[in-house]
Amino acid sequence: MVTTAVPMPRQRTLLRLLAFLRPFGWWVAAGILLGFATISSSVGLMAVSAYLISKAAIAVDVTQLSLAIAGVRLFALTRALFRYGERYVTHLATFRILTVLRVWFYRAIEPLAPARLQQVHSGDLLARIGADIETLENFYVRVVAPPLSAVLVTLFAAALLGAFDVWLGVALVGFLVWTGGVLPWISRRLSRHAAETAITKRSELHVGLVDMVQGMADLAAYGQAEAQQAHVWAQSAALHRAQQQLAEVRGLANALTALFTGLAGLTILWLGISLVTSGQLAGVYLALLPLTAMAAFECVQPLSQAWQMLEASEAAARRLLALVDAPPVVVEPSTPAPAPVGVSLEVRNLRFRYPPMTGSYDPFAPMMPITPTAQPESRSTPDGDWVLDGLTFTLRAGQRLAITGASGAGKSTLIALLLRFWDVPPGAIWLDGRDLRAYAAEDVRTLFAVVPQSPYLFHTTIRDNLLVANPDATDAELAAACQAAQLDTFIAALPAGYDTLLGDNGLTLSGGERQRLAIARALLKPAPILVLDEATAHLDAVTAARVWQALAHHMTGRIVLIFDHSPLALAHADAVVTIV
Amino acid sequence: MSGATLTARLLAHDSAARRLLVWATGAGFVAGAMLVMQAWLISLIVDGVFLRGQTPGQVTPLLGMLAASLLVRSIALYAETVLGQRAANGLKQTLRQRLTSRLIQAGPLPLRDERAGELVNTISEGVEALDAFVTQFLPAQALAILLTLCVLLVVLILDPWTTLVLLFAAPMLLLMMALIGGRAKSLTERRFLELSWMSAFFLDMLQGLPTLKLFGRSQEQAATIQRVSAHYGKTTMEVLATAFQTSLVMEWAATAATALVALEVSYRLMAGQLAFAPALAVLLLTPEFFLPLRTLAIRYHAGTTGKAAAQRILKLLDVAHASSLTPGRQDAGTCADDDPHSALTGRRTVAAPLRQHAADILQSPLAIRFDHVAFAYGNRPALRDCTFTIAPGSRVALVGATGAGKSTIANLLLRFAEPQQGAIWIGATRLSALEPAQWRQQVAWVPQHPHLFQGTVLDNLRLARPAASLAEVSAAAEAAGAHAFISALPQGYSTPIGEQGVRLSGGQRQRLALTRAFLKDAPLLILDEATAHLDAENAALIRDAVVRLSAGRTVVIIAHRLELAAMADQVIVLEQGCVVESGAHADLLIRNGHYRRLAASLAGVAW
Repeated sequence: MVTTAVPMPRQRTLLRLLAFLRPFGWWVAAGILLGFATISSSVGLMAVSAYLISKAAIAVDVTQLSLAIAGVRLFALTRALFRYGERYVTHLATFRILTVLRVWFYRAIEPLAPARLQQVHSGDLLARIGADIETLENFYVRVVAPPLSAVLVTLFAAALLGAFDVWLGVALVGFLVWTGGVLPWISRRLSRHAAETAITKRSELHVGLVDMVQGMADLAAYGQAEAQQAHVWAQSAALHRAQQQLAEVRGLANALTALFTGLAGLTILWLGISLVTSGQLAGVYLALLPLTAMAAFECVQPLSQAWQMLEASEAAARRLLALVDAPPVVVEPSTPAPAPVGVSLEVRNLRFRYPPMTGSYDPFAPMMPITPTAQPESRSTPDGDWVLDGLTFTLRAGQRLAITGASGAGKSTLIALLLRFWDVPPGAIWLDGRDLRAYAAEDVRTLFAVVPQSPYLFHTTIRDNLLVANPDATDAELAAACQAAQLDTFIAALPAGYDTLLGDNGLTLSGGERQRLAIARALLKPAPILVLDEATAHLDAVTAARVWQALAHHMTGRIVLIFDHSPLALAHADAVVTIV
Repeated sequence: MSGATLTARLLAHDSAARRLLVWATGAGFVAGAMLVMQAWLISLIVDGVFLRGQTPGQVTPLLGMLAASLLVRSIALYAETVLGQRAANGLKQTLRQRLTSRLIQAGPLPLRDERAGELVNTISEGVEALDAFVTQFLPAQALAILLTLCVLLVVLILDPWTTLVLLFAAPMLLLMMALIGGRAKSLTERRFLELSWMSAFFLDMLQGLPTLKLFGRSQEQAATIQRVSAHYGKTTMEVLATAFQTSLVMEWAATAATALVALEVSYRLMAGQLAFAPALAVLLLTPEFFLPLRTLAIRYHAGTTGKAAAQRILKLLDVAHASSLTPGRQDAGTCADDDPHSALTGRRTVAAPLRQHAADILQSPLAIRFDHVAFAYGNRPALRDCTFTIAPGSRVALVGATGAGKSTIANLLLRFAEPQQGAIWIGATRLSALEPAQWRQQVAWVPQHPHLFQGTVLDNLRLARPAASLAEVSAAAEAAGAHAFISALPQGYSTPIGEQGVRLSGGQRQRLALTRAFLKDAPLLILDEATAHLDAENAALIRDAVVRLSAGRTVVIIAHRLELAAMADQVIVLEQGCVVESGAHADLLIRNGHYRRLAASLAGVAW
């Protein structure tokens, strides 16, 4: 889990959440008022209709009804219009809030990445961030607005009934508070345990099934498929038990909501009857009373969901804030040294280990669950071991060093340290004769062109993926880089060429194609230091040889770091360092 | 497939669930009927007090009945929820049982590609989608017809004229429903697509953050996110606005009907054509007339996702489609198989008399002979006419480029698939004559990417022998060179691994698989060497373990490096599904043939 200090008190999380709504104050208010107006229209329609029918039963002249008739017509029209307005306003506000949230989160996490994002073991962190932000989308529509609208409706309906007799209003408020406030709260309390169990069991069932499907070969070979199946059934049954408990509570809540709604109508009818028989109220108003009361109950319907969403929003907000509030792992110097140019790179007795509870990592690898084949070796480092233990080398422009023997963890870490993704111990890495820590991280990264072992490609066109390296690159430059990376014929064969979409909705590249694209990308960046991390591992021998030949031209005058153990790669190095 | 047949076929899998669902729907009907009754009772009470001057005492029985109907309605609502959930749970459990059985039947080969994820999703999330389908959509669908007719009938009895108003409004509503089913469905789908597109875009930015930072492009992306998010908010609003307009008309139809009824009964009340009680009752019933349809509209989404899930589930369960899960077979008639039974009927109906107990025949170590074996995955041939012999107790290395057929040989030996032509012989026994489960007891398998299951290290190792003691497990781990790293884990053998546990390196995973093989102690060992970039230490540990493990066994190694091939008694070189060379490592190198070329081009790198 995320390494964070103290969990934030609940109130503060909610206050910070509400702070996001502040710029949208008028939108929120409009949504609440429109919601109130919608339900009030129903209340009005039922009240006026009941009065109209009652009046019609005793009236002698149709003109006596004209006001009520106008009321019925009005409310019949307004309800639909108010509802439309409410939906429009709340959704529009929601999308704007969502945009603000996304930008806020990105801005907040950008200085912390990638170290902070990697500090969790779970691979689905990013998917969860996306889901969490979308959960917060509901905060306004489903958590903030309905209760406030409900309060307004309650006051309105109670005032309407209270005008006839104060006790009618009091009774209505009592039943509404009980049904909309207390009952959802109690049912939430009763179902909390089962709800948590259901979530856990659901994910355990999923993992059990993943194990069964992905591990079927192992299971079949060891004759354990039936045992795993029984395990999955048991988890499914446990999930169903929790869901049944939830259904019991839900059924009870449904039943009690209906009961209280009916009891409110019954009580108010009964109070009305005594008022009528004692002569305190004209009989023509009797039908109006229970109908008004029952129509008002529409406002409490969304409230049980509001409780649930409140908890979900709070949990989501807490997770996001925990990530955002964490201090950055790399501290920028207060007054950075002038930007380096990259003529010398020196590593002096570099020792490094990760703080406890953080896995070491490959900074460029996609942070989503990946297939076992692509699983980097680097995940293995036990907490607290030295990942790098006394590495020393010096390079000047034009020199090429191969580093071999490094475990996956060691080389990924060295690259991360060079790029200032993690903080370097003082005096361990020197760039242009100055401690790396003295420079602004941004200035340091400008000097590096890196071909990572598992490059990340964006879900956009090949062209855009290349232009990430250099937005001003001309088509000719793109073509030259792709030619050097032996990617030109591949791209030429694609119907859409450079405009081919990559990723989920587009073309899936093989490991070798991804690597070659990363090589082309690195070559487009005019940087004095070139880092090649198993750059041709997925290429066949012939292509790899051609790529190295082309790369050789790009190495002249640069500092080059080669992490590789293939003879082809080692042939391009002036010196070889082996680290353990 | 129509919705009704789909539901019927789904519920045919669990008759108990179907019964429960009928009861739940019945309870829902009772709850609705109580509302109708309440409307009539309230009208009678108001009528009595307001127009007939009845005292509270005189209306008490009616008030009592009203209270009773409230209670009955509450109980019915409770029953509807609880029974519905029970029906859903029963059905889900039955389907999961049948689906997982189908997985076991199909075996591991069809599960290897990307369909694996889809299958898991169908069995976990797809089946779960039936929860809302069964508890919400199906009862609502039935009640939309039953309750609507019930209210209509009562209104017809109370006041036929109002029935006309309702009948006038209903087609309008049904029209809107149809629009929801058709146009709005595609609208919601589009909205969903846009939403997921935006999420994917945002995740892409977060995932690629390190890359963006490397190229100094990360800060400007905040503006891109702002722009894209705002754009998608806008287009989604355009989609939604249409949906809102649809519901505006629906909402208006419902309120307009209420208003129309109020006005119409008032005029007729004044004209003395209608009594007060039925007039008030039909006013109260008008919203109830629309309620079941609106409930159905709200639950429509549960219906569409449920139907989509049901279709996927039924497809998997459908016997006619079962072959979609099993690897493709060539026409059995063309194969030159000397076993008439398997030639005619395929492998699952191997004649019973031929099936012998593995233990009776198998004497360790085993001799293996591939006799003109051919196999294809669908249309893609993997082995063609492959013949070779493995002497008992010998170490054999299979080498060759990717796709040469090495893994297929392992799959056939493990009985994950059966030869389409030719036969595999174990000593004098045909492999297909043995019961697969019993045969597999004779085989220890070390896969290239061993799967680590959710659970502790110990649980994972005991897969090979569930009854093994900790001492036996740690002895095996010691022999496999795994004990040291396991002991260094935070909780030793009790450390959770798998999806949510501590991550292990490729070398460590393979050493765990070797431990499993040691624990199993079987006469045949099949080892698929890891291609991952193993560091020198891991490679050495694994090599030593393999030497120890080979003693007294027949060993088949799928080799990706020269090192392990050099240790073998015999090297079999495969090319495009054919054996092109075989012999000892040293001899083959001298021969200057395929093996020599393979060795030279790769020079110790994984191939």
